Amino acid sequence: MSLLLIGLGLGLAGTAAGALLSPRRRVPAAAVLGSGACVVAFVAAGRALVSGQTSTFRSVELLPLTGVRLSLDPLAALFIVTTAVVGLAALCYGVGYTEGGPRSRTATAMLPAFLTSLLLVPAAASVATFMVAWELMALTSTLLLLVEHRHRAEARDAAQWYGAMTHVGAAAILLGLLLLASRAGGQTFAAIGLRAGAMSPTTRSLAFVLVLVGFASKAGAVPFHVWLPRAHPEAPSPVSALMSAAMVNLGIYGIVRVGDGLLGGGVLWWWLVVVGLGVASALFGALHAAASSDLKRLLAYSTVDNVGLVLIGVGAAGALEVTGHRALAALAMLAALFHLVNHAAFKGCLFLGAGAVQQASGSRDLDRLGGLVHRLPLTALLFGVGALSISALPPFNGFASEWLLLEGLLHGFAAHSAATTTALLAGVAALALTGGLTAAAFVKALGIGFLGQPRTPAAANAREVAPSMLAGMAMLAAPCLLLGIVPGSVVPMLRRAADTGLGDTFARPLRADLGLNLAGFEGAIEPVLLLAAFVGALVVAWASVRLFARRGARRAEAWGCGRELQTARMEYTATSFAEPLQRVFADVLRPDHDLEVTHVAESRYFRQAISYHSRVDDALERTCYRPVIRLVEAWGGFARRAQNGNLHRYLAFGLVALVALLVVLA
Amino acid sequence: MSATVQASGLGAAVAASLIQLGAVVLGGPLLVGLMAKVRARAEGRTGAPIRQPLLDLRKLVGKEAVHAEHASAVLPLAPFVLVASAAVAVAITPLVTTAPVLRQGADLFVVVYLLLTGSVALALAGLDPGTAFGGMGASRAMTIGALAEPALLVAVLALSVQAGTSNLPAIVSATLAHPAWAASPGRLCALVALVVVVIAETGRIPVDNPSTHLELTMIHEAMVLEYAGPELGLVTLGEAMRLGLLFALVANLFFPWGIATTTSPAAVVIGLVALGAKTAAIAVAIALLEVSTAKLRLFRVPELLAGGFVLAVLAVVAGLVTR
Amino acid sequence: MRRLPVLRSLFARRTTEDLPRPSNASGGLRLRGSLQLRHVDAGSCNGCELEITSAFGPHYDAARFGARLVASPRHADGLLVTGVVTRNMAVPLRKTLEAVPRPRVVVACGDCAIDGGVFAGAYGIASGLEAIARPDIQIPGCPPDPTTITDALRGLTGR
Repeated sequence: MSLLLIGLGLGLAGTAAGALLSPRRRVPAAAVLGSGACVVAFVAAGRALVSGQTSTFRSVELLPLTGVRLSLDPLAALFIVTTAVVGLAALCYGVGYTEGGPRSRTATAMLPAFLTSLLLVPAAASVATFMVAWELMALTSTLLLLVEHRHRAEARDAAQWYGAMTHVGAAAILLGLLLLASRAGGQTFAAIGLRAGAMSPTTRSLAFVLVLVGFASKAGAVPFHVWLPRAHPEAPSPVSALMSAAMVNLGIYGIVRVGDGLLGGGVLWWWLVVVGLGVASALFGALHAAASSDLKRLLAYSTVDNVGLVLIGVGAAGALEVTGHRALAALAMLAALFHLVNHAAFKGCLFLGAGAVQQASGSRDLDRLGGLVHRLPLTALLFGVGALSISALPPFNGFASEWLLLEGLLHGFAAHSAATTTALLAGVAALALTGGLTAAAFVKALGIGFLGQPRTPAAANAREVAPSMLAGMAMLAAPCLLLGIVPGSVVPMLRRAADTGLGDTFARPLRADLGLNLAGFEGAIEPVLLLAAFVGALVVAWASVRLFARRGARRAEAWGCGRELQTARMEYTATSFAEPLQRVFADVLRPDHDLEVTHVAESRYFRQAISYHSRVDDALERTCYRPVIRLVEAWGGFARRAQNGNLHRYLAFGLVALVALLVVLA
Repeated sequence: MSATVQASGLGAAVAASLIQLGAVVLGGPLLVGLMAKVRARAEGRTGAPIRQPLLDLRKLVGKEAVHAEHASAVLPLAPFVLVASAAVAVAITPLVTTAPVLRQGADLFVVVYLLLTGSVALALAGLDPGTAFGGMGASRAMTIGALAEPALLVAVLALSVQAGTSNLPAIVSATLAHPAWAASPGRLCALVALVVVVIAETGRIPVDNPSTHLELTMIHEAMVLEYAGPELGLVTLGEAMRLGLLFALVANLFFPWGIATTTSPAAVVIGLVALGAKTAAIAVAIALLEVSTAKLRLFRVPELLAGGFVLAVLAVVAGLVTR
Repeated sequence: MRRLPVLRSLFARRTTEDLPRPSNASGGLRLRGSLQLRHVDAGSCNGCELEITSAFGPHYDAARFGARLVASPRHADGLLVTGVVTRNMAVPLRKTLEAVPRPRVVVACGDCAIDGGVFAGAYGIASGLEAIARPDIQIPGCPPDPTTITDALRGLTGR
């Protein structure tokens, strides 16, 4: 625990350094102190994961009235470890990241602060500490979003949406936790956990629903996800990576901590709602990712998709635990946590890669990229590793965790409960559909963005990015490969985290092995052997071709039906790549088509100009959020009439209020 | 003693996998040739001999490879990835015996994702040269793959739910032990769903016409338009191996009788012959289906695949209800 | 019952004509029983195309000797050229030939491809086929018989 405190202290020191030092010194100082914080926190949390023990810390001086309580148990340690690795990679990447011009004081100071809050939230063990850390996270991330607000109006827009939604979510979480704290008579998590059994079911359900709304919005679950595709593209790339790979995890952490930990498992319908949110998020996110031609927006929707998959696992675990199948619940929770960790690795790598592409070629629109594999070979390779991992191809880590999730859902059918079985079936169907859609989306991102010919001069002149950026990406690409080849090595740590999460010690769901080997059921994967067989087959095929094929290869013009001129304009674009899928799922995506025809002044028979716009916005935003925003604006307009600047009216308000108060008190 | 027993067990498993690999490498193209022959006969022609695809492969080895000028290393690498992923999938699936190599890790989902690996490699290779045809082929292939994937996974899930595991040798052994399962309604729904997926994945009519010359009607052909020589040979071989593997999977998951359950040479020979007969029967049936139907419009194919998905879900529900 | 004709034709006597082995069969050492050709219409009246279609149809069935028409020149062993080479088709023909991997053959089908046929000396002709791609095999006739075409293809496949 003392190590973790040192880490947090280093993070705060980094914030101070970023805020106070001179421009030349503050960037390296903040980076070094932030990295130190990550490394120290990693060691502290790693020790907790390996030993399985919980350590606590109390201080009444740091926070007046409520005091600070921290607790480092294996579940918190898992999230801290993930955040630390992603943070280290992001900081290393940030050293060479020059997009957006020289870093302002706020930007340099807020990044270590954001990191510190991300490390603090899982360790918080009382409502006050938790909310302080949560708000710190929200404020620092909003400020980081505004870093480029002078250059782009979308950044301001994104920060507004993000700030509003994160605070509404925080309010919901605060309400829920305060409800629990007031009924339990104490605001520490331990006290709530002890008294939760004695509370009325209505209180618990209400608290869970409030907390679920808040945490689901932070995690980016549909329908609370609308801030994600706006905020992630507009933030600077290291911040996007942290948000997608570390911050959304904390939404899941909150649901597990409150639902399973504090409320002790709860009722079946809670977890079926969680599975429902997961299914909706997975399908919606995967569809929009497949239809999006903005690289970062694609990645943001893909985050929504993966969060949905994790929610399916968490919901299945909760439902199975409530119906008494503890071994199956442990398996499902382990699978969900494993997928979360893997998502952090590959999504972080992908966002950093997208940032490198944006810096090198000036655009994140796939329709303006192309041919980058020749100009940015290393970036292309690292992005490719991330893309293959997220498409769940063996032997990368996405495959291992999706397999485990599938197995958890498959064996969960053994629980003879109609509601659980329906939910699990929906979960499997969602997993299956999103697998294919994700593969399509990332073939598009890789193929249109990196392969082929460059579509603009900027893409043709792109230069490979700084080595520190490549190092940051490699730091996250390496776990993608390692966790995929030897997933069994992290299973004991995940099991301890899952046990802490579910609040009980369960029988081992997986046997000790390099690969993943189910205990109690027949089912296993051995990625090491698969990789060896694959490499062997590659070598044999290559050797046979070299042996028998005597003629070499020659370079020639691509076959274009004998056309005289073949240009990059004739290539497929990202929009055309996604068009069949967009047509098939037009009811969900609701693409917007705009056709404007300008006629020549003299006659309507002749056209002067035709303009066509096609757009896929977020249908949920249009149907659910915009009406609410219009309502709020209308209410604001109405309220403005009452505040028209007339002093006499304000004095009249004061008089009426005073009279009413006297009447009431009398 | 136990070490030698283990070693001989491992040796037998490796030998079994190699026999399976050889059978599919030779048998896949033969199945393709058989389907072409049946089509030709149904059209009233003699048609090319059944071994024609093997002759084509032999000729392709002797030709030069051509790489498009804007292509990267992805273009020459993808055929190897396709063949290697198909080879690993063939090695771990129980086709001739129930005990191929990697018995514990031979999971049905592993096979599904290995097939996806091959598809992704080919789609990326289609986008690599930067031509319109390649992009079109890749886009259509990934769309159909994305829609066939749920039907495939849920149909596979139906089988796993009934057998209680997703381990392939275990599913085959369980079906051998319970012959009555073959006629259960859930299984039949899963069979139809799987056949629809197999037609989509191998690119046969009514999803795709493998012998079309019109680029606008191509789905799979358009992706490989740039390949020549040995690379084209590898792509053709990889596709034939996938076809052989999918037919053999359908045969052995639903009608596993004839598969070798021991390692005696006689059992292996019977297994080979049974596999050949079953896959040939499936090939003839699909070829007759090809001749009798017209190719579907591209935007009607999702409806077919959605129908397959619904059947697969019915299969899972039937399996859960009758347990 | 509508499906019955398909099954009937499977087992019925086939309509393909039996063709004797041609005398100019060189053994087809180059291509060993497998020949894929990319057909290019470099400005023809489509008479040769009709005969080629007939040669690959049920009656003459050149496919039984291992020959096939393919869509991409990269998949082909050579070109099957019909028609005089007009001005507009000169460049596409050259590009198509360059796209074919070696070893490659060029088959000139019909009198127009050989020496211009009835259109020799016309204003729309860019050059002869000789200038762009020296033909390895020439199939004379205006249009050539499907049997002649099939015999020429057999000479290349050796079957």
